[in-house]
Amino acid sequence: MKSSYKISFFVKLFIAVCILFVIAFLAITNGAAHTTLQDVWNAMVAKEGGQYYSELREIRFPRAIAAFFVGSALAVAGAIMQGMTRNPIADPGLLGLTSGANMMLAITLAFIPGASNLMIMFTCFIGAAIGMVIVYGIGMSTRGGLSPMKLVLAGAAVTAFLQAIADGVGILFDISKDVSMWTAGGLVGTTWTSLIIVPFIVFGLLFAILISRQLTILSLNEEVAVGLGQNTILIKTIMMVVVVILAGGAVALIGNLAFVGLIIPHIVRAVVGHDYRLIIPMSIIVGGAFMTLADFVSRVINAPFETPTVSLIALIGLPFFLVLVRKGGRVNG
Amino acid sequence: MRLQVEDIRVGYDEQTIVHDISMAIPDGKITTIIGANGCGKSTLLKAITRIINHESGQVVLDGKNIRKMKTKELATQLAILPQSPESAQGLLVEELVSYGRFPYQKGFGNLSAKDKEMIDWALEVTGTKDFRHKAVDALSGGQRQRVWIAMALAQETDIIFLDEPTTYLDMAHQLEVLELLHMLNVQEGRTIVMVLHDLNQAARFSDYILALSHGHLIRAGEPEEVITTEVLKEVFNIDAVIGKDPRTNKPMCLTYDLIKGE
Repeated sequence: MKSSYKISFFVKLFIAVCILFVIAFLAITNGAAHTTLQDVWNAMVAKEGGQYYSELREIRFPRAIAAFFVGSALAVAGAIMQGMTRNPIADPGLLGLTSGANMMLAITLAFIPGASNLMIMFTCFIGAAIGMVIVYGIGMSTRGGLSPMKLVLAGAAVTAFLQAIADGVGILFDISKDVSMWTAGGLVGTTWTSLIIVPFIVFGLLFAILISRQLTILSLNEEVAVGLGQNTILIKTIMMVVVVILAGGAVALIGNLAFVGLIIPHIVRAVVGHDYRLIIPMSIIVGGAFMTLADFVSRVINAPFETPTVSLIALIGLPFFLVLVRKGGRVNG
Repeated sequence: MRLQVEDIRVGYDEQTIVHDISMAIPDGKITTIIGANGCGKSTLLKAITRIINHESGQVVLDGKNIRKMKTKELATQLAILPQSPESAQGLLVEELVSYGRFPYQKGFGNLSAKDKEMIDWALEVTGTKDFRHKAVDALSGGQRQRVWIAMALAQETDIIFLDEPTTYLDMAHQLEVLELLHMLNVQEGRTIVMVLHDLNQAARFSDYILALSHGHLIRAGEPEEVITTEVLKEVFNIDAVIGKDPRTNKPMCLTYDLIKGE
């Protein structure tokens, strides 16, 4: 009984991975400059020089890799937040985490002009934690906690506030252009060196898989989790650290980006059900594929000009959000 | 008696909800806590099962303070079914019940033969086997409550706590749940501790009743000792006429009025 269920999950996962490869293939072979499969292969294995191959090697490969990990990080962060708080409209972008990271990014660019990618990433972790503490702090200061909708309102207010600080710092130190290049949510200018952030995201993703069973139990009901012998304080702390690493890492790569963490877990749940042992791995693949596709579309839709990825995702994300709210904020209700 | 509560005090913020209550839970019996809304009965149940912390006093299981025990180890000794848990969001019945095996599992939680055996037994005994592959959401209230009880049973504990297990159920389904608990108590020898709202159900199904008022234990004893005009006056502020259930011979509140004045 259980085994047939698991097999069907691996089939679904396999199909998702195939879709991911098709998308990644399209993203690497298509762009402002046209490329053939042969060219991609040459760029990967041969040492041929020339601007053409280096474009592939230095721009499209790292960009596709970055897109995948940003998508998977945000999707998994969203899934953890939704399960942990039993709030179906939780998302690192909507609840202040990415704007907190974004604020710290602006501050870092202002005060430490030559900051390395690693340093920017660490300040993004701090910023994501600040955003989370403020929004959840507001939630916890209300007895019995906030309803999902009120928490989103608190998130919107805090996001506006943190965004204002980021903008203020940008104007004051005359670095608005640098900041907005990040916050436009594009992967423009991603190079191999910026991928130093990826191992941290991988670490966060692996940890998320490790705690997925605990997450399912916590998502049932907190009292049930305690009754089953879960150390809920320890588990929730670990989950929050993982969320901060994933959301902060994503911002360090791409900037402020909402809705990915909201949409993907809901799509995944519709496919694999409500066990986070299945939701987390599937979110990694689907989130990564989604973001790779979004980045690809934003490159080619108006080539040779880049269309902001943020706008594209908001275009899909907002209606999705409204449908969820209309359903009364219940997960797949 | 395995489970003892000693001078337990519980409060939120500045307010004390449970005032220094001491009691012993009789082994292999059904114990029910009754009291008015807000009297602290659910709070007491949560404090005994370490869902919430207590300020002073201690809960002792087999001579050990439960606060000094590992929470996972404790979960193999006592199970708790909270009041109307959320609808488990699309999990299958079988999946939900399998989480009752959590305290016995390590790592990713692959089910052992023993786990599967216990899950099958829990589904069988609660009469939920026929819909094991259905989503918990898709069940009726009575079926869903039986599934949650199956999960608590899969936990394989001698002691089971339930916080208002009959709330939101119609009369037939309420009785169905209580009959199931009675059967578990008689046939399996489980110790059952629950909070109930309905006095007559408490009288009919309990061996032992605890009456609480404003966080104080007013009376503890067999139904005949607790379901009396005098105790109900103090606990619910009602003037009750107590008779006997013609079928079970247990005490029964036939009718009541509010006590006016004062």
